[in-house]
Amino acid sequence: MKITIDGQVLEINEGTTIKEACESIGVEIPNLCFDEDLKNEGACRLCVVEVEKAKNLLPSCVTMVTDGMVVHTESEKVLNARRTVLELLLANHPNDCMTCDKTGRCRLQDYFYRYDIKKSGFEGERREIPIDDSHPFIIRDLNKCILCGKCIRICDELETSAINYIVRGFYTKVGTFDDDGLKYSSCVSCGNCLDVCPTAALMPKSAQGKGRPWELTSVDTTCPYCGVGCTLRVHLNKNKDIAYVDSPKTSVNQGYLCIKGRFGLDFVKSPDRLKKPLIRKNGDFVEVSWDEALSFITDRLKTIKDKYGPDSIGGLASAKCTNEENYIFQKFMRTAIGTNNVDHCARLCHAPSVAGLGAAFGSGAMTNSIEEIEYADCIMAIGTNTTETHPVISIRVKKALKRHGAKLIVIDPRKTEMAEMADIWLRPVPGTNVALLNGIMNAIIEEGLAKHAFIGERTEGFDEFKESVKKYTPEVVSKITGVSPEDIRRAALVYAKAEKASILYTMGVTQHITGTDGVMSIANLAMLTGNVGRPSTGVNPLRGQNNVQGACDMGALPDVYSGYQKVTDEAARSKFERAWGVKLSERPGQTVTEMINAAYEGKIKALYIMGENPVLSEADAGHVEEALKNLDLLVVQDIFMSETAELADVVLPAASFAEKDGTFTNTERRVQRVRRFLDTPAEVKADWQIINDLSMLMGYPMNYSSPMDIMEEIRSLTPSYAGITYDRLEKGGLQWPCPSLEHPGTKYLHDGKFTRGKGKFNPIEYREAAEPTDREYPYILTTGRMLYHFHTGTMTRRVDGLNKIAPSGYLEISYEDAGNVGISDGDNLRVTSRRGSVVLRAKVTERVMPGVVYMNFHFKEAAANKLTIAAVDPVSKIPQYKECAVKLEKI
Amino acid sequence: MTALLEDVKEKDKYKRLHDVIDAYKDKPGALIPVMNEAQEIFGYLPFEVQKEISEGLNVPLTKVYGIATFYSRFTLHPAGKYRIGVCLGTACYVKGSSLILDKIKEKLGIDVNETTPDGKFSIDSTRCLGCCGLAPVMMINNDVYGKLSPDDVDKILEKYK
Repeated sequence: MKITIDGQVLEINEGTTIKEACESIGVEIPNLCFDEDLKNEGACRLCVVEVEKAKNLLPSCVTMVTDGMVVHTESEKVLNARRTVLELLLANHPNDCMTCDKTGRCRLQDYFYRYDIKKSGFEGERREIPIDDSHPFIIRDLNKCILCGKCIRICDELETSAINYIVRGFYTKVGTFDDDGLKYSSCVSCGNCLDVCPTAALMPKSAQGKGRPWELTSVDTTCPYCGVGCTLRVHLNKNKDIAYVDSPKTSVNQGYLCIKGRFGLDFVKSPDRLKKPLIRKNGDFVEVSWDEALSFITDRLKTIKDKYGPDSIGGLASAKCTNEENYIFQKFMRTAIGTNNVDHCARLCHAPSVAGLGAAFGSGAMTNSIEEIEYADCIMAIGTNTTETHPVISIRVKKALKRHGAKLIVIDPRKTEMAEMADIWLRPVPGTNVALLNGIMNAIIEEGLAKHAFIGERTEGFDEFKESVKKYTPEVVSKITGVSPEDIRRAALVYAKAEKASILYTMGVTQHITGTDGVMSIANLAMLTGNVGRPSTGVNPLRGQNNVQGACDMGALPDVYSGYQKVTDEAARSKFERAWGVKLSERPGQTVTEMINAAYEGKIKALYIMGENPVLSEADAGHVEEALKNLDLLVVQDIFMSETAELADVVLPAASFAEKDGTFTNTERRVQRVRRFLDTPAEVKADWQIINDLSMLMGYPMNYSSPMDIMEEIRSLTPSYAGITYDRLEKGGLQWPCPSLEHPGTKYLHDGKFTRGKGKFNPIEYREAAEPTDREYPYILTTGRMLYHFHTGTMTRRVDGLNKIAPSGYLEISYEDAGNVGISDGDNLRVTSRRGSVVLRAKVTERVMPGVVYMNFHFKEAAANKLTIAAVDPVSKIPQYKECAVKLEKI
Repeated sequence: MTALLEDVKEKDKYKRLHDVIDAYKDKPGALIPVMNEAQEIFGYLPFEVQKEISEGLNVPLTKVYGIATFYSRFTLHPAGKYRIGVCLGTACYVKGSSLILDKIKEKLGIDVNETTPDGKFSIDSTRCLGCCGLAPVMMINNDVYGKLSPDDVDKILEKYK
């Protein structure tokens, strides 16, 4: 249709708002309440325009264009209306721009300037609302609020509806339940309201007094916490203090962040940071020079290698470090040391995904992309507490449900927020996923909903698989899992009938002795219904660490080089031998769990650990500690004196993510830049530099001058990364496979053809978990993460605000069991397994089912892994973190 | 015995609330009718009731609270045995109804939306009562008093003591 804007005639599509039409020809429309990603109400009336023949001025952000419309955006009538709106706002706004931290990026101020509003003609009563500074990170000054409602909408649509309009008329304000401080509300501290607030009503506490926008500089980098890979735009003042963190709208996270990324970076400036190399002398750590530390390590490594051979040495790389550092680490282990004994904590999270999806599809990574989740018709979330562990991905889930009417099926023994949002929540007994999935597939086949065309054309092994699930009728499965046959059938129908169904899963699937089986069952389910190789479908393991995908991609695994090229494959090995100029071992190395056992048995003599904390993160912590104490040499490079570093012979101070350049690969295979925004402390070195220097002393010079240098080598040897360069990454992340410089990257895998050729159905039989409960240990303990802390807490527990919100661990216990044990909410109790015992506070809740208790693993003073069992999955060697038998005692 | 009786009464109220929630549950626009009935059942909307409604209808708690504080029909505190409403509509206001309200507040020692400790009186914030000819007007429960002056307040309140 044709419309005229300020005399200019243009062709425009139906369904466009006047505001969008204006902006398409560069006419900017002022607004205070509009947000492109929210439902808009046209409340602020600043965007009004004059439309010929219309009775009134029309709010352009919510009025659709009609054919022949003639619009005037800055007529006298429009300007008068806008000035009146602004004067009314100024009548009740503190005119304190000269001391306001928002000055320079305040929308209201900009419009006062643009429309030359110096004072209001409507002087009258003013609000006097006390400032709410209860929250550790957010300060609310409602006297500056213009009631645009954007914070309310963002919280209601994407988060937890912690705030709403309260009271009425002149006294209307944005308030919490009971008008209490924000800290006491259901606020999850994502701070996304801060980014939409047009004034200084909502401000990050950290920005106070740090300077005006023109005094700040900003650096874009990638978040060091979970695997979503949010872009962090860090705003710093001259002294390199972080004023605040936000994120560009164009990022993979659409500008949204969670509490840890936005507010959890203070750890980099913690006084606890390691500052100098340390060597243990007569039992105590002594500060030494880098030369002394590195020559000490070299001498000891050489001695051990000469005496016991290279396979007596092991290395743990780190999912926290960059791709470049993981690459150089595995190269160091394979060349300078000469062993394939290199692994990292992916073993403890998604090793079953790498193995299981590798076997089924030929690639162990997330098949589809984060943005596609929003457009799925059905999302099945299995064993993933997404709102807490991947908060920004949970925003996509919420958008799918609320905006596009998707159905959510949640499989989780715990009543998580996801379960509360679900259309269908299946609550199996921990450890029975395989049976439940078989039951769902049995129902799908029985109902005739298997996609035979897809199965016939794209897969193999179906008949055998079909035979194997025959006995798993919903009735049989109900007895194993505790889920009713009706619910199993209901879930089966909803998933199978969806046009595009996406499966998300995490540790609730993998951390079992049947972890790989669980993953293969999920792959079976997706193939059975043809939900692979198309947008918004797929099997999507959400990775827990910022760079766990990258650490795997880089070959920090015992059986593969970078890009999953097998060490046992002669062609791959000789390629790397040529490139690296040494003979390489053809024997796959040992996994983390195996290396710890070998250390315990005295077969591994030296361990080199880069940025990992196995003393807290491995199952059966007591055993791990003994194993590490049994080593001849333990070297740890880290940013803090972790529980593992405390046992080391040498501790090397490493740079944090804030002080280095490089790349992380997020959960959707997207390689993104990490950019340094702080100077490296004087005697601290980036992990890649440490390895580079050490390798030289070990007689294998690497001579890299920068992370970019290393990336050039990575892409020359890794086909899936071949097209990825720092130059290209400047324009945004790239998703592998990206085989050439012209290749745009790959949004979803297995399009038309599986990586392995045909998708493979694997018949999976249900097996019971290790260590069933008995009379002495009658409860199942299951473990997991919470929103406010990350893994072993080395980073988050050094952020004051996070500790204020979540100071300590607790044990979730059902009302029934609390009654049986004789405790009430808040009482301390002792939890004991066959391996250890901890004391912590009870939280009586309906989140866990009777017979099951739950704790988080972040707290060293009540370490969950003192209790967990190191029984491992036979294929992937992941320990069974998700269940062990415990007893409870009131103390 | 009295305590026990109170307990039984309270439980009955919650049962009635749950019946109401169940009846409205899947209907669009259920929130305000349910809040209305809850106000009838309890005489006000205590936080516990707001939480029950929020969970029962799967509506954010802040939304329930926002509505509860928006409409004068809803109260967050138990009303007194006698609910006093002094009209602050335009006609009454120009005839000095705010002086009457001030006098009542002073006399009872409570503010608008509060209840005397003995549970006898509460003051509602009130707009036009629809009898401007009698301005200034107030109501105590269903009794209307018109053409008031502050001096009348003592005598009127005395009737209810």
